[in-house]
Amino acid sequence: MNLANTSAAAPVAHGQDTHGQGTHGQGTHGPEGSRRDFLFLATGAALAVGAGSVVWPLISSMAPDADTIAAGAPIEVDLTPIQDGQIVNVFWRGKLIFVRKLTAKELTDMKAVPLTAMIDPAAFTTRVKNGHDQWLVVYGNCTHLGCVPIGHQGNFEGWACPCHGSQFDAVGRVRHGPAPINLPIPPYAFQTDAKIRIGEGGKEAA
Amino acid sequence: MSGTASTYVPKSRVAKWFEARLPIAGLVHSSFIAYPVPRNLNYFWTFGAILAAFLGIQIITGVWLAMHYEPSATGAFNSVEKIMRDVNYGWLLRYAHANGASMFFVAVYVHMFRALYYGSYKAPREVLYILGVVIYLLMMATAFLGYTLPWGQMSFWGATVITNILAAIPVVGDTIQTLLWGGYSVGNPTVNRFFSLHYLLPWMIAGVVVLHVWALHVTGQNNPAGIPIKSGKDTVPFTPYATVKDVFATCVFMILFAWFLFFQPNFLGHADNYIPANPAVTPAHIVPEWYFLPFYAILRAVPSKLGGVILMFSAVLILAFAPWLDTSRIRSCNYRPIYRQFFWVFIGTTLLLGWLGSQPPEGGYVIASQVCTAYYFAHFLIVMPLCGLFETPKKLPGSILESVTGPGKQVSGSGMPAGAAAAPTTKG
Amino acid sequence: MTRVLPMTAAAALAAFLIGTVPSSAEEGHGGPIPARVKWSFAGTFGRFDAAQLQRGFQVYKEVCSACHSMKLVSFRNLAQEGGPDFTAGQVKALAATYQVKDGPNDAGDMFERPGRPADTFPPPFPNDQAAAAANGGKAPPDFSVIAKARTFSRGSLYFLTDWLPLIGYSEQGPDYIHALLNGYEEAPKDFTVPDGGHYNKYYPGHIIAMPPPISDGQVTYPKDDKGQPVAPETVDQYGKDVAAFLMWSAEPHMMDRKALGFRVILFLIILSGLLYYVKKKIWADVGGEVHGLQPELHKAY
Repeated sequence: MNLANTSAAAPVAHGQDTHGQGTHGQGTHGPEGSRRDFLFLATGAALAVGAGSVVWPLISSMAPDADTIAAGAPIEVDLTPIQDGQIVNVFWRGKLIFVRKLTAKELTDMKAVPLTAMIDPAAFTTRVKNGHDQWLVVYGNCTHLGCVPIGHQGNFEGWACPCHGSQFDAVGRVRHGPAPINLPIPPYAFQTDAKIRIGEGGKEAA
Repeated sequence: MSGTASTYVPKSRVAKWFEARLPIAGLVHSSFIAYPVPRNLNYFWTFGAILAAFLGIQIITGVWLAMHYEPSATGAFNSVEKIMRDVNYGWLLRYAHANGASMFFVAVYVHMFRALYYGSYKAPREVLYILGVVIYLLMMATAFLGYTLPWGQMSFWGATVITNILAAIPVVGDTIQTLLWGGYSVGNPTVNRFFSLHYLLPWMIAGVVVLHVWALHVTGQNNPAGIPIKSGKDTVPFTPYATVKDVFATCVFMILFAWFLFFQPNFLGHADNYIPANPAVTPAHIVPEWYFLPFYAILRAVPSKLGGVILMFSAVLILAFAPWLDTSRIRSCNYRPIYRQFFWVFIGTTLLLGWLGSQPPEGGYVIASQVCTAYYFAHFLIVMPLCGLFETPKKLPGSILESVTGPGKQVSGSGMPAGAAAAPTTKG
Repeated sequence: MTRVLPMTAAAALAAFLIGTVPSSAEEGHGGPIPARVKWSFAGTFGRFDAAQLQRGFQVYKEVCSACHSMKLVSFRNLAQEGGPDFTAGQVKALAATYQVKDGPNDAGDMFERPGRPADTFPPPFPNDQAAAAANGGKAPPDFSVIAKARTFSRGSLYFLTDWLPLIGYSEQGPDYIHALLNGYEEAPKDFTVPDGGHYNKYYPGHIIAMPPPISDGQVTYPKDDKGQPVAPETVDQYGKDVAAFLMWSAEPHMMDRKALGFRVILFLIILSGLLYYVKKKIWADVGGEVHGLQPELHKAY
C-alpha cells in the first residue's frame, strides 16, 4: 500500500525537476493505470504476507519446546506416607502442587462454611474427588500474584500468603483478599485409594 | 545537498507539534525519501540495502537463538542440538543464523568489490570508506565469536588457534590471551564471555552502520561513472526509484540465501563442528569458515608466528589506506584501462588465496600462497600508486546523465529518447 | 607498465596450480572415495523412507547400541512426523523395555525405572572413560549427529558445484557410514596393522579400532506376505538402512525443512517477478532504468 502511494505521487513531483510533466505518470485512470495499480497492490500484499510469515516462526519458537512438553507427562503420587493434617509439596510441569490430608475437624468445618461467606463461592464437593473427601490437591501459588501461601496459618485453618495477606481455608478457597479466586485444582485422578496421578483424569492443564 | 531534495513539511497538527520537538520524520524523509541518488547506479549499489537486511536478520535470529542457547562448555553443544530438535522452528532459526552469516559475508565482499572497482574510497569518501573497513573488522570478530558458540570441534580449535594468534603480540600477548580465556586454556569461561561479546558486537556494528550511512549522506553516493553529481538531472529521488530497486535486489538475493538455508544448510560449515569439543583431539584439517580463508592463507604463508600474524592483520588494515595509496584522479575502473587489468588479477589472487587457505599447508600450496600474498600486498603498495601516475585514463562522460543517455543527447520534454529507455532494459 | 605483466603473472600462477592439484589429491588421506548411494532423502524433494528408518533403527538397536550411545535422541522422537513413523503406543512399549536411571528419590538415592517416551536412549556406558576402558582405550562415538559429523573430500574443486540444485551433493555423511561398514578387508601386504586395530579402506588412515561390527544375516528383518525378508539381510543393506536412520537422527526435521524451503523459494521467485515489474513501471517515469553492471560500457545508446 505504501509503495503504491509513494510511487503514484513521486513521478509527478519529480517530473518537474527533470523532464517536465511526464506522460507516464497519468495516475490511476485508464486501463494502463488500473493494471499498474493492481500490480502495485499485488506486490504490496505479497510483501506484507512475506513479512507476516516471517513473524510466525519467531513467535512459535517461544512456545514450550517438544522436550518441555514431553517432560510434562503425568506424575504419580503415593498417598500412604501422608498423615492427617499434613501438606505435601509435589511438582508437575514445574508448578508447585499441595497434596493435603484433611483432619476430621477440618472436614466438618469446611462442609459447614456457607457459600455466602466466600469470595469465590464453591461447595465442598467441588474441591475434592467424590469418595475421597479427605484429599485436597491444589496448585500451590496464590491466585493474587503467585507467591506461595504458608500452610496452617491465617484464620481459616488453611493457608496465608506472606506477600499481600490473602487467606485460604483448608480446601483452598479464598476467604480474605486480595486474591480473587480459589486455589485452582490440577487435573488428577485416583489410581487406587492410596495413589493419585496428576496430569490426567481431568482437563489437561495449560 | 542538492536542489532536487524537497524538504519535509508536516501536514497534520500532531505531526507539526512533534516535528518541532524531534524532527525525526524530517530526518527520515531527507535520508531515505528525498535523498538524491545518481540515476546511473547499477545493481552493485543495491548491496548496501542487502547488507542492512542481513544485519537485521542476524540480530533478530540471534536474539531468538539466545533465548534457547546455553553458554557453557558442558551445555553449549547440547543446547544447540536442542534448538535443532525440540524448539519449534529452532532448526530454521539456527540454520538462518549460520547461513545468514555466510550470506552477510557474500554481500559484504560484493560491496567491497564495488567500492574498490569504482573507486568509492577516493576523496571525498575516505571516512565513509574507513567506517566500512571498521564494520568489516567488527563483522569478522563477531563471526569468529559466533562460530565458537556451538562448542563443537571446530569451535573449540578455532578459538584455540585465534587466541594463540593474539599471543603472538609482543609483551602483552600472553596477558591478552589469558584474559580472553579466563583460565589457563580455552574452556568454560571462554565460551561464556565469547557469547557475551558475540551479543555485544552486532550492536556496535549497528552503531557504526549509522555513522556509515550518515557519512554517505554527507558526500553522496559514488556511481559507475565515478563523476560527481552536477545537476538535478543527474539524480532521481531515493524513494521510490532506489527503494524499489533495493527491495527487488534484496528479494533476489534472498533466493540464494533460502537455497542454502533450506537445501544446503551445512555446505558452508564443517562436519567436524558436529563433534562435541574435545581438548585431546584436533581435527585433521583445521580451517576457518570460508570468508576468512584468504587471510588464513596469508597467515600460513610465512613460517614465522609473529610474521604471519602481522601479515594477516596488515592484509585487512591495508584496505584502510587505499584512499591514499591510489594516486589516480579517476575513480571508476571503467575509465582506467591499465589499472582495471591489475585489479582483476588482484581479485583472482584473492580468490586463489581463499582456495589455498582451504588446502593443507604443505608443498606447492605454501609456495603458491607466498606468491599470492606477495601480489596481494604489491597491488596496494606498488600497483595502486604507480598506475595512477603513468596511466592515461579514458575520456569520462560529461555528466552522469550523459553516461546513461549517450553524449550530446538532450533530455527534454516528455521523457527520454526511445532508444535510451528501451535498449538497456531489454538487453540488461 | 603494459598489460603483459599481469597476464603473465596470472598464467604462471595458473600453470603452477594446475601442476599442484592432481598430485596432492592422489596422496590424500582417505584412500578410495565412498560410493554414492541412491538415497530416498537426497535432493530437493527427498523424503525419508519410514520402513527403511525402522529397519535402520532395528540394526542400531540390535547391533550398534551395544557400544554406541545416542544421547540426544529420545524415544518420543521415533514417533514424530517425518521420521520412522512408529506409533505412540509402539514407542511407549519400546521405552518401557529399557531401564532408565532416575532420582534422587526422597531418600536421596538414585534408582532405576522403566523408560518413558520422554527419556533419551540410555547410553551403553555410564561415561566416556568407562566406554574407552571397555573398548581398548577409545570411546565409541555418540551416534546422535554422526551422519552430519562425518564427511570426506572428493577433491578440492567439488565445492564449486556441490551446493548447486540438481547436481549438488550433500549426502557425504550417510555415504561414508555405508562405505565404512562395507570397507573391512585384508590389509595390503606392505601395510602393518597394529594390535587391536582393523584395516578399513574407507577409514582415514585405514586403521580403525572397531572390529567389523556386522555380518550378513545378523539382523533378522520382518517378513513380507511370501515369508521373505522385506529387505536383503546383507551388510550392504544393513549399512544403507542404518545410515539412513542415522541421517534422520542427525536431522530429524529434514523433511519439514525441504517442504518449507520449496514453498519459501517459490514465493520469493514470484515476489521477485512482481517486484521486477513494479520497478520497471516506476522507473519508466524517468525514462527507464539503466541495466547491466557497467551500463556505460554497453554503448547501447
